[in-house]
Amino acid sequence: MAILLDKNSTVIVQGFTGQIGTFHAQEMIEYGTNVVGGVTPGKGGTKHLDRPVFNTVKEAVHATGATASIIFIPAPFAADGIMEAADAGIKYCVAITDGIPSHDMIRVKRYMRRYKVEVKMVLTGPNCAGTISPGKAMMGIMPGHIYMPGPVGVIGRSGTLGYEAASQMKALKIGISTSVGIGGDPINGSSFKDHLERFEKDPETKVIVMIGEIGGPQEAEAAHFAKDNMKKPVIGYIAGLTAPKGRRMGHAGAIISAFGESAAEKVEILQECGVTVIPDPASFGTVVQKILAKVS
Amino acid sequence: MDIHEYQAKEILSEFGVPIPRGGLAYSPEQAVYRAHEIGGEKWVVKAQIHSGARGKAGGIKVCGTEDEIWKAAEELLGKRLITIQTGSQGKVCHRLYIEAATDIKREIYLGFVLDRAMERVAVVASAEGGMEIEEIAVEKPETIIRVAVEPAVGMQPFQAREIAFALGLDKSLINQAVTTLLGCYRAFRDLDATMVEINPLVVTGDGHLLALDAKMGFDDNALFRRPHISELRDKSQEDPREMRAADRGLSYVGLEGNIGCIINGAGLAMATMDMIQHAGGEPANFLDIGGGASPERVEKAFNLVLSDNKVEAMLVNIFAGINRCDWVAEGVVQAVKKIDLKIPLVVRLSGTNVEEGRKILKDSKLPIIMAETLAEAAEKAVSAWKKATGKK
Repeated sequence: MAILLDKNSTVIVQGFTGQIGTFHAQEMIEYGTNVVGGVTPGKGGTKHLDRPVFNTVKEAVHATGATASIIFIPAPFAADGIMEAADAGIKYCVAITDGIPSHDMIRVKRYMRRYKVEVKMVLTGPNCAGTISPGKAMMGIMPGHIYMPGPVGVIGRSGTLGYEAASQMKALKIGISTSVGIGGDPINGSSFKDHLERFEKDPETKVIVMIGEIGGPQEAEAAHFAKDNMKKPVIGYIAGLTAPKGRRMGHAGAIISAFGESAAEKVEILQECGVTVIPDPASFGTVVQKILAKVS
Repeated sequence: MDIHEYQAKEILSEFGVPIPRGGLAYSPEQAVYRAHEIGGEKWVVKAQIHSGARGKAGGIKVCGTEDEIWKAAEELLGKRLITIQTGSQGKVCHRLYIEAATDIKREIYLGFVLDRAMERVAVVASAEGGMEIEEIAVEKPETIIRVAVEPAVGMQPFQAREIAFALGLDKSLINQAVTTLLGCYRAFRDLDATMVEINPLVVTGDGHLLALDAKMGFDDNALFRRPHISELRDKSQEDPREMRAADRGLSYVGLEGNIGCIINGAGLAMATMDMIQHAGGEPANFLDIGGGASPERVEKAFNLVLSDNKVEAMLVNIFAGINRCDWVAEGVVQAVKKIDLKIPLVVRLSGTNVEEGRKILKDSKLPIIMAETLAEAAEKAVSAWKKATGKK
C-alpha cells in the first residue's frame, strides 16, 4: 500500500510534448510509472515516447482509462488544465507548474467544489516536486534513486528540502511509503491535513513527517487535526526560523504576513499539539529513527 | 509587486472609491503649484515610498502656507526614510503627493486580503482605524470584522451593507460605504491584487467618506496579464540587489549576517540558513538558484552574493535532482577562478552524480572546503568565517 499513487495508477501527462513534459515523462516511465499517454491540444492522433497523444483530457481518459494526471502546462494556462482534468474524471492530479496566479487557484478550488467528495479529484501542488511511492511509481520531477521503500509517510512544501529529508533517512536505511509534495504556493490543491488523514488509514505507513515552512495556516491546522484524530506519531519541521517578516522567501507562499505564520510560532503550535518537532534540518534522519524505534 | 499611495488612489478612484483632491510633485515648485491647483487653506505633503507607518518616520507633513510646503518638499525629496516596515536600509523618497487636508471626525480600517485558510478574498474591517492592523489585532481584536467573498459571484451589496452597519456608520453614509467596499473588491479581483488597504478610511466633518491613505499589492505571478499594473513598478523602491537577482531569474533576499548562501530550492535555502544560525553564525542572504544551475548561473549567483560587502564567508549547498553535481561543480570552479574569490568557501553537494562533482572540486586545487552533510556544511562555514575574521 501507499497513498495516492501506486503501480496500478494509470497516468497521463498534460503538456506531454513540451521540453519539460517530455524529459520528466521519460524519467517517470524509466522509474516504472504506468504512463499511458498524454495531452497536447492540436497534437491529438500523434505518438510521443511511444504513447498516444490526445487533444483533450476527456479523450485521453476515454481511450486509456487513465486515473491520474501530471501537469507541466505553462503557468498562464495551468489552472485551465487542472479544471479540465477534474471535469474529465481524473481521480488524482499533480500540478508541477510554478507561477500560477493566486486568483486562478481560487477559481480552481471553487470549481472543484461542484463535485461530490466521492468523485472529487485530489489535487497536489501546484509549485511542487510531485509525489512518489518508492519502488512503485513516481509522478514528479524528483530524483527517484534517493528514495527507499519503507514505513514513513512524508508531506512537504519544498522539493529539495524533501530530497534532503529522504536522503538523510536513506542513509539510516529508513524508507518511505509515499512522499507527497503539496507545493509552495499560497493557495494549493490540498493541505498537510488532507494527507495526514490518508496516511493514518494506510497500513504501510507507521509514522508521518510533515515538512513545513513559514507562511499560511496549514501547518497549525494539521497539528490540531493530528492531536484530535491521529494515532500514528507525527513529526514536524518548519523551515525559516531566520526569515524576516513580510519578505517573500522564494516560494510565493513563504511569507510571514499574519500571526502564527512565523517558524517560531508554528513550532510552538506543533509542540502544543504533541507533534515531535525536528530541531534542525540536519536531524530528519535521527529523529525519525528514534520515533520509529518506539513504534515497532 | 507594491505600488505607491498615489497610484493606488488613482486606481481605486476609477472604481468609485472617494479620495481627497491631490496631485503629484517631483520638486518644491511643483508641490507649491499643486497646492494652488487643489485650493483650500491646509495641505498635506506626503512622501511616496513603498512603506506604511510613514507618519512616525517624518514622511507626512501638514502645511498651512506656501513656504511650509516648499520647505517640507525640499526636506523630503531625496531623503531616506526609515520606518518600522523598511528595515534599517530605509527607502529614498523621490516623489511627493500633495493633498487637501481633511477634517477628520472618525477613522476606520478597511483591508482586502487573500485568505489562505478560506481560499477566498476576505474583507477585514475595524472601527478602530489609524492604527496598523497588527496593533488592532492585539489591542482591540473584538472590533475586527471579517467577511469572506464567494468567488463565483463576487461581493454582494448586502455583504457591504452588513459591514457598513457593523462599523457603526450613520445611515447617511451607508451608500458611500457600499460603493467604497464594492469598488475595492472589484479592483482587487479585476487587477489580480493580493492586498488592498485603506487605512484610514475617514468620516469627514461635513459627513463624507474619504480614503485618506491607500495601499495596493499585486500578484507577481499575474503581471503577465496586467501590463498597466507592471508599468507602475518603481525600481527605486526595491533593494538593488534583489532587483538584479530578479532580472537574472534568481530569487534573493538580503539579510543582516556575514555568511553568503547559494542554495537550490526555497525550502532547502531557508533550512540551510536556519542551520547556519544553529551552528552559531548568521546568514547574509536567502538565494534560491533554481532548477538549472548552469556555470553562468552559478557565476551570477556568486557575483550577486559578493556584492554585499558584509559577506565574509560563503556556503554553497546544492541538492541535485534535475541538476547534476558534476555540472554544478564545474560552475563553482569556473566562478571561483574568474572572480578570484578571497574569502573562505564551503561547498556541499548531494544527489545525482555526487562523486563526480566532488572529484571536480578536489582536482581543481582551489581552497574549497568540502562538506558531506548539511550539518557539516553549516559548521564548517561558521568556523571558517570565525577563523578568517577572528570573530566569535
